[in-house]
Amino acid sequence: KEKKYDRQLRLWGDHGQQALENARICMINVTATSTEILKNLILPGVGSFVIVDGGRISGEDVGNNFFLDPDAIGQSKSKVLLRHNFSLELNPDVKGDYTEEDVNQLLNKNPQFFYSFEVVIVSALDGATQRKLAELLWERKIPLVICYSYGFTGYLRIVVNEHCVVESHPDNAHADLRLLDPFPELIEYANSIDLEQMEKKEHSHVPYLIILYKYLQAWRKENDGQAPKNWKEKRQFKEKVLEGIRKNEHGVQEDEENFEEAAKQVNSALVPYKLPDSLRQMFEDPKCTDVSEESSNFWILANGLKQFVENNDKSLLPLRGSLPDMFSDSESYIKLQNIYKAKAKQDIDLFTSYLCNFGYVNGRLSDQEIKRFCRNAHFLQVVRGRSLSDEYKKISQSVLDGLISEEASDAVWYVMLRCVDLFHTNFSRYPGVIEEEIDIDVTRLKFHILQSISSYLAFPGLSEAISDDYVQETCRCGAAELHSVASYMGGVAAQEVIKLITSQYVPVTGVYIFNGLKSTSISLDV
Amino acid sequence: MEVDEVVGTKWTGRWKHLRKILERSSPFAHPDFEPSPDILEFMQESCRLLVIGAGGLGCELLKDLSLMGFRQIHVIDMDTIDLSNLNRQFLFRHSDIGKAKAEVAASFINKRVRGTKCIPHFCKIQDYDSSFYKQFHIIVCGLDSIVARRWMNGMLISLLEYDDDGNLDPSSIIPLVDGGTEGFKGNARVILPGMTACMDCTLDLYPPQVNFPMCTIAHTPRQPEHCIEYIKLFQWEKDKPFGDIPIDGDDPAHIKWICKAASSRADQYGIQGVNYRLTQGVIKRIIPAVASTNAVIAAVCANEVFKLATSCSIPLNNYIVFNDSNAVYTYTFEAERNATCVACSNKPRSLSFKPTTLLREVIDFFCQDSSLQMKSPCVTTNVEGSNRTLYMKNIPSLEAATRPNLAKSLQDLGIVDGQELIVADVTTPNSLLFKLKLSDDIT
Repeated sequence: KEKKYDRQLRLWGDHGQQALENARICMINVTATSTEILKNLILPGVGSFVIVDGGRISGEDVGNNFFLDPDAIGQSKSKVLLRHNFSLELNPDVKGDYTEEDVNQLLNKNPQFFYSFEVVIVSALDGATQRKLAELLWERKIPLVICYSYGFTGYLRIVVNEHCVVESHPDNAHADLRLLDPFPELIEYANSIDLEQMEKKEHSHVPYLIILYKYLQAWRKENDGQAPKNWKEKRQFKEKVLEGIRKNEHGVQEDEENFEEAAKQVNSALVPYKLPDSLRQMFEDPKCTDVSEESSNFWILANGLKQFVENNDKSLLPLRGSLPDMFSDSESYIKLQNIYKAKAKQDIDLFTSYLCNFGYVNGRLSDQEIKRFCRNAHFLQVVRGRSLSDEYKKISQSVLDGLISEEASDAVWYVMLRCVDLFHTNFSRYPGVIEEEIDIDVTRLKFHILQSISSYLAFPGLSEAISDDYVQETCRCGAAELHSVASYMGGVAAQEVIKLITSQYVPVTGVYIFNGLKSTSISLDV
Repeated sequence: MEVDEVVGTKWTGRWKHLRKILERSSPFAHPDFEPSPDILEFMQESCRLLVIGAGGLGCELLKDLSLMGFRQIHVIDMDTIDLSNLNRQFLFRHSDIGKAKAEVAASFINKRVRGTKCIPHFCKIQDYDSSFYKQFHIIVCGLDSIVARRWMNGMLISLLEYDDDGNLDPSSIIPLVDGGTEGFKGNARVILPGMTACMDCTLDLYPPQVNFPMCTIAHTPRQPEHCIEYIKLFQWEKDKPFGDIPIDGDDPAHIKWICKAASSRADQYGIQGVNYRLTQGVIKRIIPAVASTNAVIAAVCANEVFKLATSCSIPLNNYIVFNDSNAVYTYTFEAERNATCVACSNKPRSLSFKPTTLLREVIDFFCQDSSLQMKSPCVTTNVEGSNRTLYMKNIPSLEAATRPNLAKSLQDLGIVDGQELIVADVTTPNSLLFKLKLSDDIT
């Protein structure tokens, strides 16, 4: 198993994999898009899934779906998908089930059915049912993922009340070196080193961290205790560091890579520490200030972090404890690394002592979880989305910005897809599906539907802002589901589901639209 | 209920989704687009596609292209199936481990998507010449190797035909659609050889791989990776734990041995973190991979092939990058042609050196220059009408015979200002021509 999942374990680790394997998801309606989402969840090993679809397979369904067979035309979609292909073919570790019950019936008679899932995925469900489902899940705090393809357009909406990310894996985070706020053990070690007295070889192998520390102290002495602040001062500081390179008997500078590295690191290493705004906000959140037995582990840990920060005068977070590689001899580097590790361990212990004030925490949090939380303290993220009913009340700023921007924005497709929804509500079919009525549908969309949308999204003049081309194209597609677009969205949506399940990496919290006509895409807060 | 009827590869509604796109006009279509049922027929009967690579991207591509209506699809891959492929290469099952990827993938697709005539080629792309590549309308690459991509790019450029006035014959252009992934990142691009930016025009988008400095590995290791590299570079050769054979990254016994040896080296220095997974990652230079990114990038590529083949919409011009590690991000832009590109500019590039420059330094330049990035260039020149090999790395006897030249300067080799060097390398199927400018004033 470890070998089978090797390539992805390198992205989300064993604990991420464990979370995935424990997860139970629900997929409503078999379409090419939803089938692709499920495929991309089964392959990496999601725990189990249930397919909800009472429909029968048509020739059209088989045409764009890799996992349906023409011999099964006329049979139950959910049953065939599960029995014949998915569970047997893709990944024997994953357990699957299906139900032929209608979603509306389930919602009316057995809403508890949905409570057991970590995430619910839905494709091509009529507007009214979708809203009903969204409301139910919003109350139960279960994320709902809506995803479908319409012609060349792919649509993804994640409806999630609150999602907390411990490991956001930022791409280029600065190392946590504490040069400007050194801790006693670092000071002690640095003071024990005397650059002047060193042998040539030793001097050229001092880690840049120590070099910067030394030059920083010297700078502070000459500048009323201040560190270099602006670009000019940092450049001067850099020059001083480079002057520290030893010269040979002819007055020519030796080759000292460590000093060159030190000069290069000045800008990133001397950034003054500031508690990230996102954390400041998080600490003010009532969920963080008032934790109780019902609080999730995340908020309990966040409260511990708040206390940790408030109990030191610089509002420092626990030290990350990892050291980037740097030019050095092995011994000095390892010594330095151990100093950082030991300090990080101290911080974790202190952090844990704040947690222990809550009796009910005992046994709920593993050492691993606490350690991960501390190591990622700088990057914690709480993302909050809006409910579907809020979205439909008023057009959002981000859609508006797209519509009034001079360059063609894919936000237009958001409006067109809202129109398609409304068209479906009014006519019980999608625009453009009947060959003979395409022209009538164009008129209906343009004059009737767009008008209504502009009034209920509270944006007068919407229909003028949208060129006829988009209306034409919407009808041309006639709800065609192209496999290429379905497959694109299947990849995107599956990864968002994995993010929601593992609490790693930051998910989309609004709408994401892919435009296959131009191979562009856009994220919208809605 | 009425049930759609199936006759062979035909059934009611099978192409209903595609027909709406191909048989109706659109304001976003290419000006040449004329909606008609003939387009689907062309895709099915005449349009020949070549998919290069039957791995993570290749499996997705075969599925996508066959469901988008293409039937004449060739697939080429030299690899066999490994257990670690199964988390994303969904045309393979546990029982297929060890079999040829191209063959298993092709037979799966032919069985599943009725009417598809996928033909596998279990070999390297370099095993075929231009007569093979000429037969295709569009080529799609789903590779993890930049060298192979550049070779393919060079092949398609060599197929271009120009008239006497130097005008490109459009019918000789075979579009190249290329996709690549790494973890949550990916990119896809459309190349019209001779018309838009080619692989070599944008080589700076693929920075050369950075290796650890040798002195760090040998004398001052600090990271577990340094210890593993040490075992790979020095200890393996010395101890020959499994006889006189190279390291096989897929042999668990090899990795275990390296892991153990690296651990004890790490212990000596107090370094922590050597384990099996890391060892294998370093030895095989493993790039993380996940099903979703492959699905996304392959889908973009298939969508572009569909647009190129049918004109139903304007193709991507010409590059998209994708990253879903933080929300979902894409950036679409036009990569520009490089007027001095050695692969597609159609003119020999001139290079300036001092007469005292050593041949070794010239060869290093070919390997390190960011716009050339060659791997093992073989250099010949023309002296009084006959070819003379200056250095040839890949054939041992010739290498030995030409090695002394490396330490000679250009003037000592008898090379004069204006002379042309002919350089062959694995990154291109064609030799490249460089015009030398020799002058003392060059720094």
